[in-house]
Amino acid sequence: MRPRSTGDVVAGLIFLALGVAFAVGSLGYELGELLDMGPGYLPLVLGLALAALGLACVVKAYVAPDPVPDAGPAGPGGQGAPSVVVPGDGAPAGARDAVPSDDAPDPRPLAGLEWRPVLAIAAAIVFFALTIDGLGLILATFGAVLLSSLARGGVPWLRVVITSVALTALCWVVFVLALQLRLSLFGDWLGG
Amino acid sequence: MDLLDNLALGFSEALAWHNVLFCLLGVVLGTAVGALPGIGPTASIALLLPLTFGFDDPVSAIIMLAGIYYGAQYGGSTTAILLNIPGESSSAVTAIDGHPMARQGRAGVALAAAALGSFFAGCVGTLVLAAAAAPLARAALTFGSADMFSIVVLGLVASIALASGSTLKALAMIVLGILLGMIGQDTFTAVPRFTFGLRELWDGLSFVSVAVAIFGIAEILRNLHDPRTRTRVAAEVTTLWPTRADRRRMIGPVLRATGLGSVLGVLPGGGHVLAAYGSYAVEKRVSRHPEEFGHGAIEGVAGPEAANNAAAQTSFVPLLALGLPAHPVMALLLGALIIQGIQPGPGVMQAQPELVWGLIASMWIGNVLLVVLNLPLIRVWVRLLDVPYSILFPAIIAFACIGTYAIDQNPFHVLVMAVLGVGGFVLVRCGCEPAPLLLGFVLGPLLEEHLRRALILSKGDPSVFLTRPVSAVLLGLAALALVVTVLPVIRRKRDRVFTEEG
Repeated sequence: MRPRSTGDVVAGLIFLALGVAFAVGSLGYELGELLDMGPGYLPLVLGLALAALGLACVVKAYVAPDPVPDAGPAGPGGQGAPSVVVPGDGAPAGARDAVPSDDAPDPRPLAGLEWRPVLAIAAAIVFFALTIDGLGLILATFGAVLLSSLARGGVPWLRVVITSVALTALCWVVFVLALQLRLSLFGDWLGG
Repeated sequence: MDLLDNLALGFSEALAWHNVLFCLLGVVLGTAVGALPGIGPTASIALLLPLTFGFDDPVSAIIMLAGIYYGAQYGGSTTAILLNIPGESSSAVTAIDGHPMARQGRAGVALAAAALGSFFAGCVGTLVLAAAAAPLARAALTFGSADMFSIVVLGLVASIALASGSTLKALAMIVLGILLGMIGQDTFTAVPRFTFGLRELWDGLSFVSVAVAIFGIAEILRNLHDPRTRTRVAAEVTTLWPTRADRRRMIGPVLRATGLGSVLGVLPGGGHVLAAYGSYAVEKRVSRHPEEFGHGAIEGVAGPEAANNAAAQTSFVPLLALGLPAHPVMALLLGALIIQGIQPGPGVMQAQPELVWGLIASMWIGNVLLVVLNLPLIRVWVRLLDVPYSILFPAIIAFACIGTYAIDQNPFHVLVMAVLGVGGFVLVRCGCEPAPLLLGFVLGPLLEEHLRRALILSKGDPSVFLTRPVSAVLLGLAALALVVTVLPVIRRKRDRVFTEEG
């Protein structure tokens, strides 16, 4: 049986996994009782609740009886068209009434997922986190901007470098000159 | 009279030159960032939040943040009108008629209608806030832990009822947010929970990393993934001033919307979105030419914008009186206050009247500054819309990194931001809303504290939540809200009303 929406399945599985993890983790703490809850009591209850909600999401994705497209934000529908409020506002509203169609939220949200932007942005942030103390503000920022620019292909490298230099300078002006945050410009590794 | 004394105190605080300056700075920055396409008010505030960490005076910090909020909302309306890219759901309504107006060459008039409508509504909303906050806070001082617990529950449940999308997933996001908020030392026993032996986690996840990750980073990833086709309006912004006929058509909608927005804004959960949609529906019904709606009716811009702004002001009522954020932006402001060492709640009004009344007075000043600044500067904001995304998003990443690092110069918060950003993006792709998670994260500790304290006080008898009248009524309302949300008829309607783009 195919699920109505893989988004629900994936989200449900994530909730299920996290809920179980929290519940198992909370067993390591004193549970206490209702009168005097220990540190583990609520995390256990909420972890189980999260797991149950996750399971319900998965089940609902397979057996969902109601035709209401339930996944959150509408796709690329722009401003959206609240058809109750604005009767006759045009096509998008009509299309939404149908069973999940091409206008409804992407039923397979991870199918066409491009990993390039995700990896580039994550790499940029992690690079910044790992080098800010060692290399200092200037180089860590430059590296982060450079790496995040890679999220989109097809930009000439010269432009990427120029952008990175300019944005690093901007950050220096904003955070060091204007806001006077005490950030070391060059870090420990460079003797700053 | 009490109210006048309080307002006088507030104005003497807010009119201190440095506070006016911070308000101005906030409004300008907020508008500038809010006008960048694809960045809504919530993301703007999350990204600009770190700017205020260095402030010594919490009054200045909160005044500047409030300025950023109004500015960002106005900036969001600008992108909605000119580009048909609403920054968040409440300005999606503005785009329905604002964008057609722009295409007819009346972009300036639409922007002016938005600004003037917002200004009037903001002034009224500020007065409502000033009048309502103090009595509510006084009443709230008599609330026990059981009542506070129920207030928090109502706030969380209402945030689902008024938000869009699947109830199940929104509930799960709230629970996940509460669980994330539990990381760190337990307030009652000082036992570190879920810290994996990391010393950095003893104080819990940084609120800024969570907010910036799920509203900033996840949003960038989403934008990079679905590049929207931008329909840039070629028409220059020429005339700004509405004609006499325009002005006459604006008065009624603005008045009605102000009333509607002021009332709905107090509701927890996102009253401003409901207010904007509600105002649009009302104006369309009472209009003598409903056929113009959707094709550039000025009522459809002035009304929702006014409703939105009135609600934006009155949504400070639960925040200041109860310490309860009504929507994500308020949660951000609450987090900022906590970082400044202030736990908002009924006590703050008495302990720090200059903070509360200074903020209220600065709202009015912020609204004046918005009109004074934005009408002449509209052409500058329009230029911001031309900033290419290839420059914009690396800049946002850099700002997010530096800002998060600057909280206490700890790179660990930045790493957390990376993890939560990617995780948040995956969940958003699966149709989950980020707002309930943030509300859960912010309100979770409060919820746990009051639940445990109430049960200790009642000697472990859970019926205390139903025998205290205030608590019972609030829990009843929460249950009602939940039932209403899942009822099929209402759900269908709600789903359509919130055909927002998130």
